[in-house]
Amino acid sequence: MTALHHEGVAALGRALASRQVSSVEVVSHLLGRIEAHRALGTFLHLDAGRALEVARSIDERRARGESLAPLAGVPIAHKDIFVTKGAPSTAGSKMLAGYESPFDATVVSRLAQAGCVSLGKLNCDEFAMGSSNENSAFGPVRNPWDTGRVPGGSSGGSAAAVAARLLPAATGTDTGGSIRQPASFSGITGIKPTYGVCSRWGMVAFASSLDQAGPLARSAEDCALLLSAMSGFDERDATSAQRPPQDFDAQMRARRTGASASKPLAGLRIGLPREFFPAALAADVGATVRAALAAFEGLGATLVDVSLPRTELSIPVYYIIAPAEASSNLGRFDGVRYGHRAAKYVDLLDMYKKSRAEGFGPEVKRRIMIGTYVLSHGYYDAYYLQAQKLRRMIADDFRQCFTQCDVIAGPVAPTVAWKLGAQDDDPVAAYLADIFTLPASLAGLPGMSVPAGFGEGGMPVGLQLIGNYFAEGELLRAAHAFQQATDFHARVPEGFQ
Amino acid sequence: MALTPADVSRIAHLARLDLEPAESAAMLGQLNGFFRIVEQMSAVDTSGVEPLYTPLAAVHASELRLRDDRVTEGDERAANQASAPAVEDGLFLVPKVIE
Repeated sequence: MTALHHEGVAALGRALASRQVSSVEVVSHLLGRIEAHRALGTFLHLDAGRALEVARSIDERRARGESLAPLAGVPIAHKDIFVTKGAPSTAGSKMLAGYESPFDATVVSRLAQAGCVSLGKLNCDEFAMGSSNENSAFGPVRNPWDTGRVPGGSSGGSAAAVAARLLPAATGTDTGGSIRQPASFSGITGIKPTYGVCSRWGMVAFASSLDQAGPLARSAEDCALLLSAMSGFDERDATSAQRPPQDFDAQMRARRTGASASKPLAGLRIGLPREFFPAALAADVGATVRAALAAFEGLGATLVDVSLPRTELSIPVYYIIAPAEASSNLGRFDGVRYGHRAAKYVDLLDMYKKSRAEGFGPEVKRRIMIGTYVLSHGYYDAYYLQAQKLRRMIADDFRQCFTQCDVIAGPVAPTVAWKLGAQDDDPVAAYLADIFTLPASLAGLPGMSVPAGFGEGGMPVGLQLIGNYFAEGELLRAAHAFQQATDFHARVPEGFQ
Repeated sequence: MALTPADVSRIAHLARLDLEPAESAAMLGQLNGFFRIVEQMSAVDTSGVEPLYTPLAAVHASELRLRDDRVTEGDERAANQASAPAVEDGLFLVPKVIE
């Protein structure tokens, strides 16, 4: 075996099952790496004691010959947007500093049942609002490929920890691109499944009609294993999709009709929306994505021109709908039942206003203000209702595309990761960089980021794959075939070997 | 039609946010910048288009499930109140509302 921290979920699972290595050994090794790389800012809470205890008990059960879950003993960590019993849950906000949930999120409990050992909670943008992880109340996360740059967001701690080989995999959430974009910026693999595939129970709500959980890992294979374990119907989430448990690993390995060993993707039609390749796309990103698409052609896929004419409109549509839902969801933070309460106030109204002003950071306040305004009397029809109608048109555009192709491909983001602080002066301009991830979010479609090469400054570039509803298997199969033929996903940032 | 400082203070009141004067001024510029991006939305004719409030409604007719009307959890009051800022005798404490 190579060094333990280079092993992915599947390889670690096999090594643990065959008792080549113990869970305690893997966990101890990674805890040491996490301590050594504290400066990356990935962890908000490290749960070393409990992780070792869980690992030890799994090792003991294995030694007794008990049959264990497939991921038994594999270390992971959770984005701190998932609530966890017995450990702090902050959502990256001062509002929830010191908060402890009385229950575990469904995703957290399902991964625990599958045998994953959680090492703790990972940094993220406050309430998952951001694309750089600079909006965390507990400090930024640094990109392992260049520590002067952002790792992407909002699942920035998850992405950086996996890229730096501190963890084989981590959970994340994606509302408008928060799994795909940090995966792209950090050179790892991430999948946001179809809306409804993973339970939202215990995910601190940002925009309920968009929020979806998913895994960030180093390969499609590892994502498939994690996604199988964390997904599935949950009666506690009113929007959970009612379908039987899925084996995404089997779906990924299922052979396409007409495929061969050298042409595993024969017959796959990949649609390239012309709006995803605008003149403004950075040259390094465009060239890297096109080279990756040529590799897909080499694997038997055919490229088809398609159109998503409302791609640019998805920016205002998303930034109306998501803040509207956020302003409603964040109304619960009133300084009464949980969360920060101001020390000084004159009456109840003043207590609400001061507690919220002190507890929320600038980006969260901006979105609450936008959301409150577009839902207010006299503006609802022009903004909120119009956005929801356009959302239907965006979903219809995808439906039209999928009559011509099986998956859609393009860049995840218009540029590689930017320098820390580069967007401080104009936070609203940062919204424009979400252009390629927002359309699939609005339609509720599954999307992936797959490492496709490197651009300016040696920074990773991700290829985005978007599938039809519940076509995660198709996405994973395409990504897996690409990863069997390339090694971009296996590259390690310098200093983290 | 740009927002005014009075609009910002009205929205902040509705949102129950106590903004510092400097914060309000910055917010005004940022919100107006944002609504310039939004303007392109109004040019699209959406007459006759059904709003899509939840994405899976684009796939199939979805109805909100109702659960059976039965007790599924016991008394978790102590655990649920453990993170509250101020609690007494199992009650949440707030400033006096009625004299």
